[in-house]
Amino acid sequence: MKITLAYGGGGEETNKLIKNLFYENFKNDILLKAEDAAVVSLNGKTAFTTDSFTIDPIFFNGGDIGKLSIAGTCNDLAMMGAKPEFLSISFIIEEGLSFSDLEKIVNSIKNELQKVDAKIVCGDTKVVPTGSVDKIFINTSGIGKIIKENISAHNIKPKDKIIVSRDIGRHGSVVLAKRFGVDTEIESDCKVLWDEVKALIDAGIEIKAMRDATRGGLSAVLNEWSEASNIAIEIEEEKIPISDEVSGLCEIFGFEPMDLANEGTFILAVSPDDAKKAEDILKQFNKNASIIGEATEGNRVILKTAYGSKRYIDLPKGELLPRIC
Amino acid sequence: MNLTLKDLYSKFRDPNTIKALKKEIEKEALKLKEPMRVMEICGGHTHTIMKYGIKQILPDNITFIHGPGCPVCVMPKERIDHAIILAKQPDVILATLGDMIRVPGSNSSLAKARAEGANVVPLHSTLDVLKIAKENPDKKVVFFAIGFETTTPMTAALMKRAFSEGIKNIYYHINHVLVPPPMRAIMDGGEAKINAFIGPSHVSVIIGAKAYEFLVKDYNTPVVVAGFEPVDVMESILMLLKQKNEGRCEVEIQYKRATTYEGNTLAQKMIEEFMEVRDTFRWRGLGDIPKSALKLKDEYSEFDAEKVWADILPNEPIDDHKLCICGEILKGLKTPKDCKVFATACTPSNPLGSCMVSDEGACNAYYRYGR
Repeated sequence: MKITLAYGGGGEETNKLIKNLFYENFKNDILLKAEDAAVVSLNGKTAFTTDSFTIDPIFFNGGDIGKLSIAGTCNDLAMMGAKPEFLSISFIIEEGLSFSDLEKIVNSIKNELQKVDAKIVCGDTKVVPTGSVDKIFINTSGIGKIIKENISAHNIKPKDKIIVSRDIGRHGSVVLAKRFGVDTEIESDCKVLWDEVKALIDAGIEIKAMRDATRGGLSAVLNEWSEASNIAIEIEEEKIPISDEVSGLCEIFGFEPMDLANEGTFILAVSPDDAKKAEDILKQFNKNASIIGEATEGNRVILKTAYGSKRYIDLPKGELLPRIC
Repeated sequence: MNLTLKDLYSKFRDPNTIKALKKEIEKEALKLKEPMRVMEICGGHTHTIMKYGIKQILPDNITFIHGPGCPVCVMPKERIDHAIILAKQPDVILATLGDMIRVPGSNSSLAKARAEGANVVPLHSTLDVLKIAKENPDKKVVFFAIGFETTTPMTAALMKRAFSEGIKNIYYHINHVLVPPPMRAIMDGGEAKINAFIGPSHVSVIIGAKAYEFLVKDYNTPVVVAGFEPVDVMESILMLLKQKNEGRCEVEIQYKRATTYEGNTLAQKMIEEFMEVRDTFRWRGLGDIPKSALKLKDEYSEFDAEKVWADILPNEPIDDHKLCICGEILKGLKTPKDCKVFATACTPSNPLGSCMVSDEGACNAYYRYGR
């Protein structure tokens, strides 16, 4: 069975879709009131974010666009020290998407929500003619109470340590391998990161800055921090965790693992005294967590090799294309 | 035991090996009678030298001069315009290798043309063109073939497969260039004062180390064919130093795991089956160099995009931006840091000159790794 334009018409089919699929899977007291807007109670400082998700392929090793749409928005909240609480979700669906694919997507949204104990409290669905969008686009917005304040890209001081939560470049590798027709067993790192963040906060780690390394990867985060905090960041090449599969794929295509997107990997800046403890906590979630370097005086991101040379790490630029030879 | 890709390259990036080679190089460099000005012809080596910081760890009397071996960098604008014009034809799908997509022509690029609706497909593998042609029988698939001798056999292999499968809707725009002619042109020019060469890795796999004998005979300049990894480049520098200090001048192969003296004769034959040397080819920055590129043989004219679309493809030479010094960089006369627009008006996102476009271009490598 396929989704047709009738499902977006606002009539009987739309209602069926909403009741039988969305309400059934996302149900909670606020959503089921079915008012024009959700009513929620907030107190204290609150973080608010939005993100839209488009990906080809919509199902990939380690996840799908549904899981991604929850992880992406929840991680943006988590990176600000906020517990994801309430989410909105909007689907723009291309007519012809199979009903079973939509069901699969909705199911993984449900699973991901349960992991972080957040609620979808409002939503919208549009169905558009073939060719108007690529299969399905999803937007989610989220709000959450800030548990740990003053996490900011502007906070980093020389000597602060930089930690990466796991091996890098998985999500980008999965997508690029698919785009260029290479079979791979790499799984995306796509995952909600609240548990990791909560563990750090509960342990009293003095988090200076925290960011999930999505598009632009590790390179982008480090460059953004260097600029925002007006510091240099020196990274030791051999400390950066990269799986054999990701580095192999990068060899084949001529990509830099540091430039590739992640969807469940974050970078952390902490005061030097907390670094070892933070690394140990993160290692409980993924053994590849690693202190990769530190902030220093200056204004560039520098990679140090084990044989004494240095080079700059720049913001990734332009479309990622395989090199010619 | 499972062999992974990492097992293949990790030894060639091993910090301890690099440190040991550095020590040996320092010892030999002390004995040099005159500074060594070594040109790495190939953009892949430029990339390695910058990415691994090799320039920084070598003694001061060894200088790298970056050569013209970046296929994207040496394409003249008018030929890039060909690709854009062809891509805009309503019945054409233009397929080309990776970073060709970004290269600016006279006033657009394939990436911009694609955004305006042109059908442009970036390839990883040349043979993917077969699939595109089969899936689109009502379209003319133009393969914009680019690259030095490394990628030429793949174009020949594509033609062989297409003809044997009876696929008639693939056309070829051949921009394959040759490595030895510009090396000769640079030595004839003499201004770059090069006294040693690092020979390209993968080009040499195809054409063999014998292709560089003329540098020894005619110009008394040693050549070491090197692999692309940092240990390869370091070892090759050491081999060149030893030649200098022992008074030898010869073609040596460091990249023995893939290169032979004769090269890949099967690939050479396959190229000869479909292509022949052009009388002359205009190189961006270097100008016209006789017998420096390939074209399709006349018997394949009906598949030669340059001939099929001759009416709409301009051949007027188009000069580079006035402030761009890519030409002098490609000749080894200047480095990116000598350029006024480097990293200001000219960046990888908005390249004015060709050397900023490709990963293998000298300006791009300097911008990324060593500004």
